[in-house]
Amino acid sequence: MSKTNLTRRGMLKTSAVAGSGLALPTIFTAQSAAAFTNEPTGSSVTLGFNVPQTGPYADEGADELRAYELAVEHLNGGGDGGMMNTFSSKALQGNGILGKKVEYVTGDTQTKSDAARASARSMIEKDGAVMITGGSSSGVAVAVQALCQEAGVIFMAGLTHSNDTTGKDKKANGFRHFFNSYMSGAALAPILGDNYGKDRRAYHLTADYNWGYTTEEAVRTSTEAMGWETVAAVKTPLTQTDFSSYIAPVLQSGADVLVLNHYGGNMVNSLTNAVQFGLRDKQVNGKNFEIIVPLYSRLMAKGAGANVKGIFGSTNWHWSLQDEGSKAFVQSFGTKYGFPPSQAAHTCYVQALLYADAVERAGSFNPCAVAEALEDFEFDGMGNGKTLYRAEDHQCFKDVLVVKGKENPTSEFDLLEIVEVTPTSQVTYDASIFGGELGSCNPGA
Amino acid sequence: MFGLNTKDTRLLILVAILVVLAPFILNPFPENSAMAQFNAGYPDLMQRFVIFGIFAIGFNILFGLTGYLSFGHAAFLGVGSYAAIWMMKLLTMNVVPAIILSVVFAGLFSLLVGWISLRRSGIYFSILTLAFAQMSYSLAYSVLTPITGGETGLQPKLNDPRILDGALAEGATPKANLFGLEMGASYELGIGGWLFTLNAGYYIAGVLMLASFYLAIRIFRSPFGMMLRAVKSNQQRMNYTGLNSKPYTLAAFVISGMYAGLAGGLMVAMDTQAGPERMFWTVGGEVVLMTILGGAGTLIGPVLGAGMIKYMENIISKINSKILHEWFAFMPDGVEDFIVNILYPFIGKGWHLTLGLIFMAVVIFLPGGLVEGGQRIARLFGRGKKASEKDASGKTTPAE
Repeated sequence: MSKTNLTRRGMLKTSAVAGSGLALPTIFTAQSAAAFTNEPTGSSVTLGFNVPQTGPYADEGADELRAYELAVEHLNGGGDGGMMNTFSSKALQGNGILGKKVEYVTGDTQTKSDAARASARSMIEKDGAVMITGGSSSGVAVAVQALCQEAGVIFMAGLTHSNDTTGKDKKANGFRHFFNSYMSGAALAPILGDNYGKDRRAYHLTADYNWGYTTEEAVRTSTEAMGWETVAAVKTPLTQTDFSSYIAPVLQSGADVLVLNHYGGNMVNSLTNAVQFGLRDKQVNGKNFEIIVPLYSRLMAKGAGANVKGIFGSTNWHWSLQDEGSKAFVQSFGTKYGFPPSQAAHTCYVQALLYADAVERAGSFNPCAVAEALEDFEFDGMGNGKTLYRAEDHQCFKDVLVVKGKENPTSEFDLLEIVEVTPTSQVTYDASIFGGELGSCNPGA
Repeated sequence: MFGLNTKDTRLLILVAILVVLAPFILNPFPENSAMAQFNAGYPDLMQRFVIFGIFAIGFNILFGLTGYLSFGHAAFLGVGSYAAIWMMKLLTMNVVPAIILSVVFAGLFSLLVGWISLRRSGIYFSILTLAFAQMSYSLAYSVLTPITGGETGLQPKLNDPRILDGALAEGATPKANLFGLEMGASYELGIGGWLFTLNAGYYIAGVLMLASFYLAIRIFRSPFGMMLRAVKSNQQRMNYTGLNSKPYTLAAFVISGMYAGLAGGLMVAMDTQAGPERMFWTVGGEVVLMTILGGAGTLIGPVLGAGMIKYMENIISKINSKILHEWFAFMPDGVEDFIVNILYPFIGKGWHLTLGLIFMAVVIFLPGGLVEGGQRIARLFGRGKKASEKDASGKTTPAE
């Protein structure tokens, strides 16, 4: 314990210092009563691009970031304007958003909810981002969406396919353009029925986590509805790399269709194993054995190589689409980077443009105004035909592509061919079937 | 003061001052300057500094004192997080029950894990704890999805029961609070070009960090702490003298598990989300890095190490090539591109690389961690008094 000498002079000095210290904040505080979180006051506005730069989905993340950079260029009036020329809404002028130049910050989600939230929080708290977008996994999307709801900024989801994002975990500040498991199932089932018959026996291998569950559920429900029978559904660990022990029992089970509810590296490995086991050359119940991959992406098809030939799956968008919007986007993306964009890049680019457009139409960056502008917004010219942002769950409803691995690819990008464009009406569902509450929009501050 | 000797008191007061002034110290650059990129004084990162500080202080009680290297502490962090989020969902958004329960549950779980793992020592102990952490992670990720929310994790929802809380106001979202004071509440102080954010959640976590730090000093200086050091220097000799060392190591294990639980609970309190990746073994490995980087066995070291790693993760990883180009824009085009290309692998997603290089440099040149670096600098400037003071408080014995 140190000795303290209390003197009159010392006492006076101390209290003078303490007093001015206490008064200081009131002198210098800039009391700006912002109407909402991170209201942009200067000549620029900051958007936060939160994508996986490391981890299993780093490829998708890199492509997403390319798309965002392209979107920013177009919003600021650079480049050839891309989809801004084909977009049905003409609110965007190419002079930024509401006349403010678009700036952006980037972060790494590491495909982990914690890291993604840390990165998003730093964008909101430090860089003053007024909107967060990106992500390449449903777990991350749900986590960041909840954060944005709390913080009072808009979240425009990137690549997330699980029903939960706009189902049981939906939030008023979150919006998703990408399709979901339910839509995959609903779009695939009729095509499968036409091609493989209505009396098939299916065997599911499902990645053991939320996305796997919802995808299996969706495919099961829609195929069983048309008469298929599900023989078994086996969960596989996400970290599995060798699926041979899971493939062997498939043949003994009497099943004649194998559904691989796997994504990314998982799908590449399980499909390769299944093809190596010779499943596709087998005859079961007097029918050819078939394999199905509910969610396809070009990057996955590239990984699986020749094994994807003739295998059905669904996808949100493909660069070979011939509508004006897709052509414009592929053109400007290709010019800038030298190869065609993936579906992840497409959905992220569209999300950035949709946000900017909603701000322009609302005339404000206020999340509540933006949300109102997006709700029940109908648009066209963004590559998926007529699209509706449904107000009840903030999910986009648009055509779904059923694709097939191409038999004779002409280049390393030309791996999938579009079998059918399933119309919106066939994949629309009632907003209440997944539960969850949207809540009301939160402008923060 | 508080039953500490003068040197420890000074260290505690120094840490307290640092915690209180962190929002100012960490924001040395004006808001709109180019260097603002390096400012770390925003609530999320400051909260992470003190939370991982607690985690590392607790880990150091086990690793620094007994020498038992556990890779499984991430599991306790995760258990604490899940306990806290469930308290918030079921009971109240007030953080007090959440934090208390997180410590209790992590303590119970570490008792179980420790009781089994401590039957072995050395590398076998490390592997056992690693196995437990991986098991917990896999369980949380898939098998226990109904309880843990699986990959998606858990967040407070509008329709949670929250027995003790009244109904939410229309349009409000459930927010973590301490008797009404929201964790996210901040007071922004603008002085000249600088903007300092004083955040309620940070100061609450900071107070708990100081309490944990104080407790750690007391443990380090107690007969119990001496016994743990004896385990580290020669456990066999202890056993030959007829002492059963297991109760001591188990107690140290449980204490450090409870620290991890507290950190997990605080993470949920500051940012209401719990997910399984918090239990992944890399998180357990990260706290090992923090402790060694800062200086294992020293009091302040783990806190410095935690701060260093979190700073790298959050600041370096956010520098992208666009920012690099802005920095070097004054150079001629060719030179600019050249320098940017050289630096690019070390920033953004390459922050692991930078961290790895720093870690190697520290282990090779400063085996005692950052604390040893500080002492060397102090000695260099002939501040003999200062150096001896750090020595006494630090007890720098390099990690084994």
